[in-house]
Amino acid sequence: MERDDIIEYSLNTHHNEEQGKAIRSKIWKVTAILTIITIAEVAVGIYFNRRVLGAESGAWVSIKLAYIFLTLVKAGYIVMSFMHLGDERKNVRYTILAPYILFVCYLIFIALQESEYINAMLRTYTE
Amino acid sequence: MAAEAAKVIDKETLWGGKVSPFSISYGKLMMWFFLVSDALTFGGLLVAYGYQRHKFTGEWPLAEDVFHSLPFVEGHFPLIYVALMTFILIVSSVTMVLAVEAGHRLDKKGIIKWLAATVFGGFFFLGSQAWEWSHFIHGSHGYLVTESGQKAFFETDGHEYHENAELYEKAAIRFEDGKVVKGAEAKEVIENSLKHVQGANLHENEYGPQLYANFFFFITGFHGFHVFSGVIINLLILIQVIRGVYDSRGHYEMVEKAGLYWHFVDLVWVFVFTFFYLL
Repeated sequence: MERDDIIEYSLNTHHNEEQGKAIRSKIWKVTAILTIITIAEVAVGIYFNRRVLGAESGAWVSIKLAYIFLTLVKAGYIVMSFMHLGDERKNVRYTILAPYILFVCYLIFIALQESEYINAMLRTYTE
Repeated sequence: MAAEAAKVIDKETLWGGKVSPFSISYGKLMMWFFLVSDALTFGGLLVAYGYQRHKFTGEWPLAEDVFHSLPFVEGHFPLIYVALMTFILIVSSVTMVLAVEAGHRLDKKGIIKWLAATVFGGFFFLGSQAWEWSHFIHGSHGYLVTESGQKAFFETDGHEYHENAELYEKAAIRFEDGKVVKGAEAKEVIENSLKHVQGANLHENEYGPQLYANFFFFITGFHGFHVFSGVIINLLILIQVIRGVYDSRGHYEMVEKAGLYWHFVDLVWVFVFTFFYLL
């Protein structure tokens, strides 16, 4: 029996030439952003590192934070624009992102917390 | 583009049954859930890396000191090759999204063109990674383990010797405590040394803590394996598109689903690049 209560959502995803043009120009814009960020990161990485600046120095810590921030910006553009998650319904977005972000934030916290502690112990007993 | 998801439907209808409140096809939603679980695996790997990295914070090598070569060119180019690999993967991600866009216009020629470019970019990346692995495994001058079990390094004033015989002939020896010996004395140290560690494998590693090499092999290897399966999936989809398998379906959602996976591979590399190479 043919069922008429199931909607084939994939059939409703077409767009015409004009909409395609707008989408393509957005794709090229995102490409430019991703490329510029990557080039900037590498340029900074070549000239500054933790040996030049000192691992504990404020300059290196702020560069590190900037790296992490720029990585998240890149990831946001890839997920929201290239993977079209930004175009899905809000409930789909949160179903996918919220559990992941929650879990990974906890994991990062607990791992770094413990490794700093072990590092301090190793230093105490080897010096 | 998710046209259905952009439609405004009031809450009563959306959550009242009959229509999916997600307005997304089954295949795409399941691909997303798979990607979440895969992202947890990579998240776990990178967090484990961060754990060991902070534990041995003093001795961990700088990526600039380990990855500074280009194929076919002599010289010191820190991180340039990795940046090139990153760029290749980003570009292949762009060609993939262009293939998906062509699919929404039912432009079969466009899909074939952009998907073929994506497959080419994927193979290019895999080849680059193979070169990087081979370079990492063979290493550079390495270090000696002396009679007393200490590490001793070669001093070459910036020269790079490709033959060990030449290296033994010309290099001075620097001990861990900073003492440098030259000439006949250096020869004696080399002759009496227990072994010469060059490059990296799962037992020895000239670059720093052993875990550094293990994480390099495991994280980039696991990512490379994903790239490889992604390239194969893209290639199969490309063949299906050329053979006209999707013509009767009236849509190219398979391209979109393969695209989700391919973008995910790019996404993971963005994080690997930051946490393994930059920080």
